[in-house]
Amino acid sequence: MTASDNPYRPYSPTSHLGGCSCGQHANSEEHDAATSASLAARAIDTEELSRDFMEAAAVRALFPLDTTRRDFIRAVGQQTAMAAIASVLPLASLQAMAQEKGKLEKPNLKVGFIPITCATPLIMAHPLGYYKQQGLNVELNKTAGWALIRDKMINREYDASHFLSPMPLMMSMGIGSSALPTNVATIQNVNGQAITLSLKHMTNRDPRNWKGFKFAIPFEFSMHNFLLRYYLAEAGLNPDTDVQLRVLPPAEMVANLRSGNIDGFLGPDPFNQRAVYEEVGFIHLLTKDLWDGHPCCAFGTSSKFIEENPNTFAALYRAVLTSSAMARDPKNRESIAKVIAPPQYLNQPELVVKQVLTGRFADGLGNVKAVPGRADFDPMPWESMAVWMLTQMKRWGYIKGDVNYKQIAEKVFLLTDAKKYMKGLGQKVPEGNSPKFRIMNKEFDAAKAAEYVMSFPIKKVA
Amino acid sequence: MNDSRALKFQAAILSVVILMVLLGSWHLATSGGDASAAGGMTAEQIEYAMLMGKDLEVKKADGFPTLGQMGTSIWHHVSNPFYDNGPNDKGVGIQLAYSLGRVGMGFGLACLVAIPFGFVVGMSRLLRLALDPYIQVLKPISPLAWMPLALYTIKDSSISGVFVIFICSIWPMLTNTAFAVSSVKKEWLNVAATLEVNPLRTAWKVILPAAAPTILTGMRISMGIAWLVIVAAEMLVGGTGIGYFVWNEWNNLSLPSVIFAVLLIGVVGMLLDLTLREVQKMVTYVD
Repeated sequence: MTASDNPYRPYSPTSHLGGCSCGQHANSEEHDAATSASLAARAIDTEELSRDFMEAAAVRALFPLDTTRRDFIRAVGQQTAMAAIASVLPLASLQAMAQEKGKLEKPNLKVGFIPITCATPLIMAHPLGYYKQQGLNVELNKTAGWALIRDKMINREYDASHFLSPMPLMMSMGIGSSALPTNVATIQNVNGQAITLSLKHMTNRDPRNWKGFKFAIPFEFSMHNFLLRYYLAEAGLNPDTDVQLRVLPPAEMVANLRSGNIDGFLGPDPFNQRAVYEEVGFIHLLTKDLWDGHPCCAFGTSSKFIEENPNTFAALYRAVLTSSAMARDPKNRESIAKVIAPPQYLNQPELVVKQVLTGRFADGLGNVKAVPGRADFDPMPWESMAVWMLTQMKRWGYIKGDVNYKQIAEKVFLLTDAKKYMKGLGQKVPEGNSPKFRIMNKEFDAAKAAEYVMSFPIKKVA
Repeated sequence: MNDSRALKFQAAILSVVILMVLLGSWHLATSGGDASAAGGMTAEQIEYAMLMGKDLEVKKADGFPTLGQMGTSIWHHVSNPFYDNGPNDKGVGIQLAYSLGRVGMGFGLACLVAIPFGFVVGMSRLLRLALDPYIQVLKPISPLAWMPLALYTIKDSSISGVFVIFICSIWPMLTNTAFAVSSVKKEWLNVAATLEVNPLRTAWKVILPAAAPTILTGMRISMGIAWLVIVAAEMLVGGTGIGYFVWNEWNNLSLPSVIFAVLLIGVVGMLLDLTLREVQKMVTYVD
């Protein structure tokens, strides 16, 4: 690689260093267009890309005014400029230093994941080299179920993992398992789930008629469980007595739908789309329609791991945040589907994954729908999200007694760290820490959590 | 002698006929008429069909696989059994090796414990009666029931897998060894006693050869159980092994691969049993 191949073109008299977020383009529209185009190329050699970026940044630091830099290069010519800058700037060692950032306590990591599209940022960081970029050698371990993820975290077989976002709350509180203080570093994905019903209910779309239905959910402590309960309760059904909720792994959901053992499920993608693809079910609604922007899965680890390996954790944090930012761009979605569909990751037909990620999908009833926000990967671990989960756990009797919502949320969801690292990566950091949400047209304010729980007519708590 | 050879020949013919009938009915059951693509669809209908995977050249696997799909799948797995695409995607040969390794370890440990212990229990009527209730209670416990307990206490999933094989395959060997040792003919022991052979030598030279065929029967049963257990255990714990392979393919709802794995598990189980049967033949004696 010669310096003239550097995509940032620091030695070109016509380039703009600093026009957009990466300095490679005149404005941010051009930047966005080029980002998706270069995704495949980045995957090939991210280290090289990082070196290029360092070099461009260094040259930019040398010439804060872009016009000065261009004048200089025009005046002396590119070759001379390169030689001159190389003599005053130890680029090679600068580049090496940026790679290091604080010594990694544990460069070889085992990270667990469940093969669903929720884990997209976590998974794609592997083939696209975002872990390696941070000097980490991450081994992604496909795991057979959520309980096993929990056990392997407790047993310290995994260093960090993909979680259902309520799991770290429960694990920290020691509900459903022995207590292990666990933290949510980032939310992995927002939206991206759906209620899928068996084809035999094609004409029975009103939840008020669903008494006696059998539904599958992936885990007790999941947004799937809480959202399904919420939805059913809004329709006047008591999820504990009027319907049956069964915990099933996603693949079994599709198989049980086929055999007629269940009437539907609120499950993770790509299995909703898979049920459509297998012609056994249809997508009744996307969870986006219940709560647009609801959190689903999370990326996190034990508090102990963070304490013992602060630099490693920071590197992991940066890798996943970089990946999330990449996954958010709609233009990247098709290539991401290609990258995560193979056997070692999701092991699903690419066609199915693509429909989930691009939001252009067959709904199982003969229509093609276009919902660009079907799945998104906003990493912000808002504290009010944690509080909402806690209110639902309280509502359905998973936690008894008084709950200090704010304190638990602050302790488990690492919002401040997420903001810090996002800032460090030059990403846009949103304001606030506990935004309000609207769930099925009802406002939720984390400051009034206790009143919120009591405001529901259908609940388990007295 | 001639008779038995003729019988064997007939049995082989019958086996082949049964296989043909099975494959034939499979073929008939799965080769349903293809739905012909209707012309004159709207643009949305065409896109819908495409999203459902219907316009692709390769027909999507629909329902139970046909013999042709099975053949392709088997060839796909058998032609490259040792590839290694990282921790989550390995060839079926490697997976099989992991499973055999775990079974070997669990079963080996079980042998080391069950046979000496069974010997002691078999020689003492008191111990036999005292331990019987425990053995009877522990024997029928499913491996799946042991697994959460093992994970919780051992805190390591791969050791838990081996432990579950160990705990499930120990009982048939233990009871068979105890039974075999306790039912060695009194006359033989009396002869040994008359000749003033010391107890250790009696055990080694008289009891062990007499009990060996029955012990081997116990080992065969145990091996069968160990092989049953490994698939269940690996489906639960995941990571590697033929059980994980089944789980991973099932996660993709890929029936041909699951059927292939099922056949493979059967064949390997048979080979394991055949090996022990040969060993058993070597120690069998005629009274």
